[in-house]
Amino acid sequence: MSGTYLGMPAFPEAAAKSTQDTQLRGNLRHATHTIRAKRAVAVAELDDWPQLRAAGAAVKDRTLRHLDHYLEQLETAVTAAGGVVHWAADAAEANRIVTDLVRATGETEVVKVKSMATQEIGLNEALAEAGIHAYETDLAELIVQLGDDLPSHILVPAIHKNRSEIRDIFTERMGDWGRAAPAGLSDEPADLADAARLHLREKFLRAKVAISGANFMVAETGTLVVLESEGNGRMCLTLPETLISVVGIEKTIPTWRDLEIYLQTLPRSSTAERMNPYTSTWTGTTEGDGPQTFHLVLLDNGRTDTLADTVGRQALRCIRCSACLNVCPVYERAGGHAYGSAYPGPIGAILTPQLRGTASALDASLPYASTLCGACYEVCPVAIDIPEVLVHLRERVVEGGAVTLRGTRAVIKPAKGHAAERAAMRAARWTLDHPAALRAGQRLAARTRRLHPARLPGPGRAWSATRELPAVPAESFRDWWQRTRGEGKNT
Amino acid sequence: MRVALFVTCVNDMLYPDTGRATVALLERLGVDVDFPPAQTCCGQPQFNTGYRHETEPLVHRYAAAFEGYDYIVTPSGSCVAMVRENYPRIGAKAAAEGRGDSLAEAAASVVPRTYELTEFLVDVLKVTDVGAYFPHAVTYHPTCHGLRVLGLGRRPLALLEKVGGLQLRELEGAEECCGFGGTFAVKNAAVSGAMGADKTRHIAGTGAAAVCTVDNSCLMHIGGTLAREGSPVRPVHIAEILAATEEHPYPMEEVR
Repeated sequence: MSGTYLGMPAFPEAAAKSTQDTQLRGNLRHATHTIRAKRAVAVAELDDWPQLRAAGAAVKDRTLRHLDHYLEQLETAVTAAGGVVHWAADAAEANRIVTDLVRATGETEVVKVKSMATQEIGLNEALAEAGIHAYETDLAELIVQLGDDLPSHILVPAIHKNRSEIRDIFTERMGDWGRAAPAGLSDEPADLADAARLHLREKFLRAKVAISGANFMVAETGTLVVLESEGNGRMCLTLPETLISVVGIEKTIPTWRDLEIYLQTLPRSSTAERMNPYTSTWTGTTEGDGPQTFHLVLLDNGRTDTLADTVGRQALRCIRCSACLNVCPVYERAGGHAYGSAYPGPIGAILTPQLRGTASALDASLPYASTLCGACYEVCPVAIDIPEVLVHLRERVVEGGAVTLRGTRAVIKPAKGHAAERAAMRAARWTLDHPAALRAGQRLAARTRRLHPARLPGPGRAWSATRELPAVPAESFRDWWQRTRGEGKNT
Repeated sequence: MRVALFVTCVNDMLYPDTGRATVALLERLGVDVDFPPAQTCCGQPQFNTGYRHETEPLVHRYAAAFEGYDYIVTPSGSCVAMVRENYPRIGAKAAAEGRGDSLAEAAASVVPRTYELTEFLVDVLKVTDVGAYFPHAVTYHPTCHGLRVLGLGRRPLALLEKVGGLQLRELEGAEECCGFGGTFAVKNAAVSGAMGADKTRHIAGTGAAAVCTVDNSCLMHIGGTLAREGSPVRPVHIAEILAATEEHPYPMEEVR
């Protein structure tokens, strides 16, 4: 994924810092609780939500099982409609393809529709290295780009900023990128939106090349679909001469009819709207209407390997609604940057270690960035059992085992740093499988209970930092039962 | 009806009062309850940390310990969730790895017989008024596994509402996780502590004298946080509230 995230610390270290940031905590608490409540209302309006959820999962699962078939169907349809299809095995290949395509136009500027796939591959940075300026046109992406920041949310990348912080970014930075913010800009949302509108309009009217992702790709017709709220996407998808779309292969659905499900579940899960304001669809090119050159870059970047894992593959159902972020108590306190990838929150904690692997300390820590409370699974519109996949990936971290890497079966070693834990788990397993030893241990603990320190040393210090330890009782339940009921009972 | 208590390792070692209360409550309701001593731990801490293979002997142990009982009753929502949701997964994975069906069979034999205490009371014994007396203001925190995996719904509240003298106080943000999460509490101590502090703030806001749950592991974290904050609110397992009577009241003043 993006080089921007390289060298970031593991989740616990990053979160230990971000949880101390009271401004960030306040911004996130306010934003996530607001959208959480609105989503619940929007979802409750539909009597058939459970059926829509099940259908959304089933269509994705079936499509993924036959992805080879649908991708070839898609390629044929896009080509027949005048588009050019490119296949990218990884981020580097996708970035190279897009850079070459932009260079071939002779342009040094592109406008961008908000896209998770291009965040994932670090496309903006790759284009910058080639001397090409990529301008984000989604309001929140613009805030992030102007602020030299990183996105912290899938839907609302600048969720960690409040409106006065945004006003400051606009005032200080807009002039460096184009039209400056009006003098005396207030932090009223309408004024901020107006400043962004004026700044962006220049770019829309000037741009010859646009880059987008897509929410869905319809295999039968070769149609791409983008859902958005601001109309910036519509501008980028219609005004420039050349359109390049970078889309993960798992965004394929077989037919237009399948859209019926997701056009109901995605807006309600994502922005808590019955329908989002702008839904753009395009099929190849149309003479005299819209971009006359269309390239589709189909991105794998770990998706086929993820698909090979029968438990982990459900992560590929994800439609990037971000409902799981908005209900996650860990995300709310740690913030999105702690996840060290374009995909923060619960979905990021299962997607990133599959797309990038678990070799780095950061990626190996992500499956543990959850209490397994299950709130994410409950709201997921495609029923991804995130806790199940988290535990599955924890096993991969501590035990290693068989995985698929670039299409080849391989056996990986356990991640570093778990040796002491593994030894403790083995010892516990032995003790717990020998009740007599367990009982002896309990009695020893009970006899020495007055000697136990109030605060633990070593790894136990993490418990004692904010919590008292429970006192060890004088007698275990087991001993009480034996003493009072032992005779005549099944002991 | 042969009923066995699965006390759980946490209750056995740290909260024997909860086990004793469960026995007293069930016996008061006419249930003859047994404690098979071969039981130890359901394996939840190991499994949820990623040590599936270390968990497997405990699946066999659980199934063997409780063989022949009609019902396995446990005062822990998360341990029931472990058995009901993860034992079949452990069995399926072992079978898929070509290691036979014995774990799947062990799982299948215990899943339909394993009940969380409030489920057993409401669904099997069909009681909500258990004749309890607890003259204090209480707030109830629905623990995540009880709420979202088991779907306990109103069962615990229905039981608490029938307790003599008990005033139930609604908890703000009740369905938000307390931040325990097993090994999460130490692996991500900062976030865990932040979540715990929010939970105890909401608990303090209810004005209740006690906070109760169906799970002592969550209560160990909540109670440990309350104690560190110097809060007078007492963490009490729901079994101990339901076991308390006018003749044998719960010792609110006693240091535990």
